[in-house]
Amino acid sequence: MNSVFNHRNCSGCGICKLACSIENFRQVGPSKALLRIQGLFPAPGHYQIHFCDQCGECAKVCPVDAFELDNGIYRINEDECIACHECVEACPKSVMIIKKEDDMPTKCILCGECAKACPRGAIMISRKENAKECR
Amino acid sequence: MDGYAGKILRIDLSKEKITTEPLSEKMCNEFIGGRGFVAKTLYQELPPDTEPFGENNLFIIATGPLSGHFLPASGKTHFGSKSPATGGYADSNMGGHFGPALKYAGFDMAVITGKSKTPSYVFIKDDIVEIRSADPYWGKGSLICEDMMKKDLGEDFQILTIGPAGEKMVKFACISHDFGRQAGRTGIGAVLGSKNIKAIAVKGTGAIPVFNVDKAFAKGKEAFQKVFQKPGFKGWTPEGTAGITDWVNEVGAFPAKNFQTSHIDHSHMINGKKVIEKLKITDKGCYCCPTPCGKYGHTRTSMGEAFMEGPEFETISLFGGSCMLKTIEEVAYANYLCDELGIDTISGASVAAFTIECFEKGLIPADEIGKEVKFGDLESIVYLLNLMSLKQNALGELLSQGVKTASENIGNGSEKFAIHVKGLEWTGYECRNAPSMMLAYMTADVGAHHNRAWVLGQDVVGAATNVHDLISAGTKGDKRPKAVISGKDSAQFVIDSQHTRPIFDLLGCCRLQLMELGFEVENYAELYSIITGKKITWDDLVKISEKVWNLTRMISAREIKNFGRAFDYPPARFYEEPTPSGPNKGYCICLKDLDELLDAYYTARGWDKNGIPTKRTLERVGLTHMI
Repeated sequence: MNSVFNHRNCSGCGICKLACSIENFRQVGPSKALLRIQGLFPAPGHYQIHFCDQCGECAKVCPVDAFELDNGIYRINEDECIACHECVEACPKSVMIIKKEDDMPTKCILCGECAKACPRGAIMISRKENAKECR
Repeated sequence: MDGYAGKILRIDLSKEKITTEPLSEKMCNEFIGGRGFVAKTLYQELPPDTEPFGENNLFIIATGPLSGHFLPASGKTHFGSKSPATGGYADSNMGGHFGPALKYAGFDMAVITGKSKTPSYVFIKDDIVEIRSADPYWGKGSLICEDMMKKDLGEDFQILTIGPAGEKMVKFACISHDFGRQAGRTGIGAVLGSKNIKAIAVKGTGAIPVFNVDKAFAKGKEAFQKVFQKPGFKGWTPEGTAGITDWVNEVGAFPAKNFQTSHIDHSHMINGKKVIEKLKITDKGCYCCPTPCGKYGHTRTSMGEAFMEGPEFETISLFGGSCMLKTIEEVAYANYLCDELGIDTISGASVAAFTIECFEKGLIPADEIGKEVKFGDLESIVYLLNLMSLKQNALGELLSQGVKTASENIGNGSEKFAIHVKGLEWTGYECRNAPSMMLAYMTADVGAHHNRAWVLGQDVVGAATNVHDLISAGTKGDKRPKAVISGKDSAQFVIDSQHTRPIFDLLGCCRLQLMELGFEVENYAELYSIITGKKITWDDLVKISEKVWNLTRMISAREIKNFGRAFDYPPARFYEEPTPSGPNKGYCICLKDLDELLDAYYTARGWDKNGIPTKRTLERVGLTHMI
């Protein structure tokens, strides 16, 4: 399972981010979203979706092997995590966050709420292993 | 308090004092938010004899209880002040992402008073609020400034800016945000400029409390699904507001040559299809909007090239009609220039068209303007926009005060074609054969603005209907019958619309899902109840909207000397000059008709003959404890 993007369909409305924060944290606070939308304005004038593609860089840098690979999805075992935040620093898409409440890192586990919420078909969840991007 | 962020931010620029206070539950219950907060605060806190550009004037930013929540188009932000354009009540709103960010930072409302000693901007990152130097940004265009600040502060800051026109206190200066959204009307950007504030940047990392978050999430998802299934969904989104261009022209309501007539021959060159074909790069949505009106694009013209959002219908009608620019590329360039200078496209185009007509009639010589100017000439329009926005000469100084003041100074009958009400320039619908829409303009609380009531559907097809249905019905530009004046009917249409549409300005979300897609009103009352935990019905909201309407009238009555009925008339062009061409050729609304409309409207509102709410009305709507 993985994510499929069509950046050109994105209108920058941010529904995906809000859905992510509510689904994963029960909070109306999109700064907690596990994806980013970047507006490329004034030029060239479109949006870029930054989304976890389960590349595994977070797991590679973890000093305590707190990441578990489960059906193509990297999950954090919070019992093992020491909150050093190296994974957050290493994320090439800058889409991991540190929860204010407990200082623990969090990442996308492909729950798919962002894709369900997107009114534009800019984000979709695919059963295929590799993410595709339409630019 | 669920649904709200819970705090008011107060910034006194003169004293460099920043404080916060809890949001009062009583104020939320009585005024909901947004425009309601603006009106209540202005009435209670504006000191006597405040000048629009005086230090005492308030600059208010207000969100609503639905702003920032998971529901269709929850991105509206309201601004309020004493109006530079009219001297009375002012509010202006914009979409985008600023209001939600302010709420995530913890503030439902910000009230800015005083004046900064030096050019500054306001920095807000959650509870860190600072007044910072704007030296690198002062003098820069609105769009350039936003780009610079995003680079300096981070892409995730939401930023509002003013342009050079706001700095120079041009009375129709706007606030810009998100590279193309504007709070354009009433000169609200000039108030910020008068306070030496170039920009406000906000980043909020918090969350808004919700009474029942699971239920609100489920109801929000259901709301989006309902919107997707509305017949208007596919009809509205592709072209947004520009999609109505041809229809307005076909029915003879398109402002042409400074409203001399109401029909043009080139609407096919400046319509929504041309926006998509010639300009569009991407749809650009406001916060949580499933139906983005915003079309971001690029244009290349004889005067230069530009990236810009739009043009939307009002800009098309004023620049393509009133100024007679012939192509969508030219309209887009004028749109870009207004955005960068930081002026309202509606007022800017109106001032340009008024100036050209004055020149053609010999009322302003070329040497006072600096060159000969003509309708349909982009170079003339660009010249005039710069002249008025940058106050480049004595005439520019005069024009920067809007068509009302300009015509009062120029005289010689120019007042008859200074197209405004109360000092605010008229938006994109010509109404000599549209009495209900005429009444809507006459009585809009901020001046000649369509956003308070849009009743052209009643005038043309006899019913309130959305743009998609109107376009589908078509008119083919045939000769229209002369409208029969019914003051009572028009008053009711207008009042219903004046209550309904501003409810969204209280709630902090966009009305277009309701107005253009038919998303039912009950959904909003239900969403409010689930999010805030307070039961409310749509009828309750209508009553509060009526209360706010009376309050805004009372603000103007208090602030404007001799305010009353005389301020509710349109310019004489509309009742003295029959429409010379198009589907409404030969038609004119007469002064007697206007009086019938006003009499019926005042009676239905419970206002006296001079248009002031009676004591009994103030009691009925629940304002006597304030007034």
